[in-house]
Amino acid sequence: MPETSSNLLTVRNLKIEATSYPPGEPPKRITIVDGVSFDLQKGRVLGLIGESGAGKSTIGLSALAYGRGGAEITGGEVILNGTNILALGKGGIRKVRGARVCYVAQSAAAAFNPAHRLGDQVIEASVKHGLMTKEEARKRALYLFRVLGLPNPETFGDRFPHQVSGGQLQRAMTAMALCPNPELIVFDEPTTALDVTTQIDVLAAIKHAIEETDTAALYITHDLAVVAQISDDIMVLRHGRTVEYGSVKQIIEAPTQDYTRALVNVRQTARQEAPDQSKPLLKVDNVSAQYSNGFKVLHGVSLHLCKGQTLAIVGESGSGKSTLARVVTGLLPPSEGGITFDGKPLTPALKNRPREDLRRIQLIYQMADTAMNPRQTVRDIIGRPLAFYDGLRGAAKTARVKELLDQIEMGNGFIDRYPAELSGGQKQRVAIARALAARPELILCDEPTSALDPLVAEGILKLLMKLQEEQQLSYVFITHDIAIVRAIADSVAVMHRGRLVRFGPKSQALSPPFDDYTDLLLKSVPEMEIGWLERVLNTRRMESAGN
Amino acid sequence: MSNSTETESLPGQRFRERFPLLALVIERMLLSVLLLFAVSVLIFGGVEALPGDFASTYLGQSATPQAVANIRAELGLDRPLVTRYFEWLGGAVQGDFGTSWASRNSVSEQVGNRLGNSLFLAGFAAVIAVPLAVGLGMLSVHFRDRLPDKIINVISLAAISLPEFFIGYLLILYFAVNFGVATFPATVFEGMGLIERIKAIALPTATLVLVVLAHMMRMTRAAILSVMSSAYMETAELKGLSAWRAIVKHAAPNALAPIINVVALNLAYLVVGVVVVEVVFVYPGMGQYMVDAVTVRDMPVVQACGLIFAAVYIFLNMLADILAIVANPRLRHPR
Repeated sequence: MPETSSNLLTVRNLKIEATSYPPGEPPKRITIVDGVSFDLQKGRVLGLIGESGAGKSTIGLSALAYGRGGAEITGGEVILNGTNILALGKGGIRKVRGARVCYVAQSAAAAFNPAHRLGDQVIEASVKHGLMTKEEARKRALYLFRVLGLPNPETFGDRFPHQVSGGQLQRAMTAMALCPNPELIVFDEPTTALDVTTQIDVLAAIKHAIEETDTAALYITHDLAVVAQISDDIMVLRHGRTVEYGSVKQIIEAPTQDYTRALVNVRQTARQEAPDQSKPLLKVDNVSAQYSNGFKVLHGVSLHLCKGQTLAIVGESGSGKSTLARVVTGLLPPSEGGITFDGKPLTPALKNRPREDLRRIQLIYQMADTAMNPRQTVRDIIGRPLAFYDGLRGAAKTARVKELLDQIEMGNGFIDRYPAELSGGQKQRVAIARALAARPELILCDEPTSALDPLVAEGILKLLMKLQEEQQLSYVFITHDIAIVRAIADSVAVMHRGRLVRFGPKSQALSPPFDDYTDLLLKSVPEMEIGWLERVLNTRRMESAGN
Repeated sequence: MSNSTETESLPGQRFRERFPLLALVIERMLLSVLLLFAVSVLIFGGVEALPGDFASTYLGQSATPQAVANIRAELGLDRPLVTRYFEWLGGAVQGDFGTSWASRNSVSEQVGNRLGNSLFLAGFAAVIAVPLAVGLGMLSVHFRDRLPDKIINVISLAAISLPEFFIGYLLILYFAVNFGVATFPATVFEGMGLIERIKAIALPTATLVLVVLAHMMRMTRAAILSVMSSAYMETAELKGLSAWRAIVKHAAPNALAPIINVVALNLAYLVVGVVVVEVVFVYPGMGQYMVDAVTVRDMPVVQACGLIFAAVYIFLNMLADILAIVANPRLRHPR
């Protein structure tokens, strides 16, 4: 561990508490962060990593002496260059925020004010704190826009937040944080909401900007592969406590704690692909689709899926992968082409489909939260398809619900719970049970694990694979995560801008020679390897120089 | 690119894509005009369906069938409904609402005077109520869930729960009868000085203010609170901006649209709501005039008043819609 003399930021025994108001019970004090200590030197980056609820954002915000949503810092010290900022008054801390310590939020789209131009917002703190004149600030913003690789840096600041893309907004937010020349920047999951192909550019821009300006940074993320690219040290957090704290090399290559080991080794499983069969269960034949305003979202997509197998559809947001699932379910009838299911053509529109066809194809959504009625118990949620398709009621229905709960590895004790009383992973399991209740042959899974923490997601994937083996289920698995594809798929379809750019058995689809887009996609996925980012960027530079 | 289907859009669509703001504003205006015509049909039809008619009310005891038929013929009531509607509409579009059956005077002339009185009352109430409501709303936000917020809430709720005629009589009882500090009835006449006029309308103004205050205050509070909880307000705080700058520069522009909407809605309510208050305070405005006309079945007057009230209501709502559209940066600055 580095010596303490030249510390920019020293956090000692940090304790953060909040009051929670559980329904029908007296208010409760809960401890969010307990006894966390770390040091950070000028020009270095500390990665804070952990699952949701680990307290990593809360710790990050404590560097600005800020408690979000009622969180209060109740113990410990946060010392910035010799001053305990927790002891500063309201006026004192205002001089620190936005001048000496800046914050980059996860969702720049929400963190920028929709009513003002980006340029004005970027320079606001620098000017209001009297660090530079408006002219100087504008010059610095222009310099930062260039460093961060934003398009048309001269005019970029004239635009409104809604006029630029998500990746550009995230870089603009980084520029906003860098503008006043702060001593420390807190990055709170700055790339989590982005596509992998965008993430790599933003990561590279952030890393370059940190090096260029010699700022220190706290980098908060749940993705160990990302933090390995950008940090010098890593602190692993769980339930508000430090699990392990050390250099990147030590954490990635020689973790000492079981929990860290589990995080590092997550998804290193790969499944043997099953052979293609002559008679597919689902056949999508030259399907095109458009919205009612005439905007075409799918262009002549053809693919198929065999019984008992998994087809992974990958692509970034807007590539049409979820739209394809909507077409298969009949929510959006195709404008051209047709779909064959089990040898028979499928009725295009949902409302004309026979109930039996509806039963055989089920859906699992990304947000289990919004896909369930919050006013229904688990019994009602899972029982609904049992009554609808099989006419079960009373004791027979309850028995079947219990059987299904057993299949998703949840006890009978959950039967009378409401969704709000379940964790994210448990909610997704209930959603899976609801799909299973219909005794389907095909389940369309629309990013079912992307909103979950890695270890929880791993559990869901294992469950899906176990169910597949037991019940000969077929899955269409929509995802943007290549690691998941490697782990569970038999065949792979890569989509880009509404077109199918690649389709075939996994071993072929994910091996060279690649088309340009698949190549870019595969190379953009962060790997848990120190120096991966530099390696990819170097290769890119050489390739573009070679061309 | 292969987006051939998108380029074949209609000219209207293309205009919409290039000038989304202008297209929306024009759309709102056209909708308002359409709405006004629909209302005119409703008013004409409604007045026509009223039980009793002018001829028998006017003649009273001496209403022989022959006399009634004579008056009806004289007023043109024997002609078909549709003809009369279009005649009336044609005149109304040019500002001519016909002749009052009761007084034989031009409706437009009489309405003109009284509309001025009504607008003066409603406008004066608005001048007091709008800043008061927005100010109280901001105070409420500032003292959120503390005593001042709760007091403001309870009083405004009580005010909104009481019907305006009841509030009116309460005010008369206390301020005019018991304490004698205000005048009743609220008589105004031509050539009256401004100060005198304001003194005369103090009580009806207070009544109107109390009635519209609560709604505007609560909506202002809700709009600002919803903006205050958004992520960009946190950004402002983490930039170390002062609370005042955060509210004025970052919260206010985004809370504007909902506040404009509720203010306009209440202004419209003020203009229409004066009917009851004017009758209570015997104030010579449009409302009093309309109620008198209904009693004697003076249809041209009732129709004119109804249409003018509807027009004011529609115009203020249209204005609110347009202002809210203009306040939205996404529409002002398309991609």
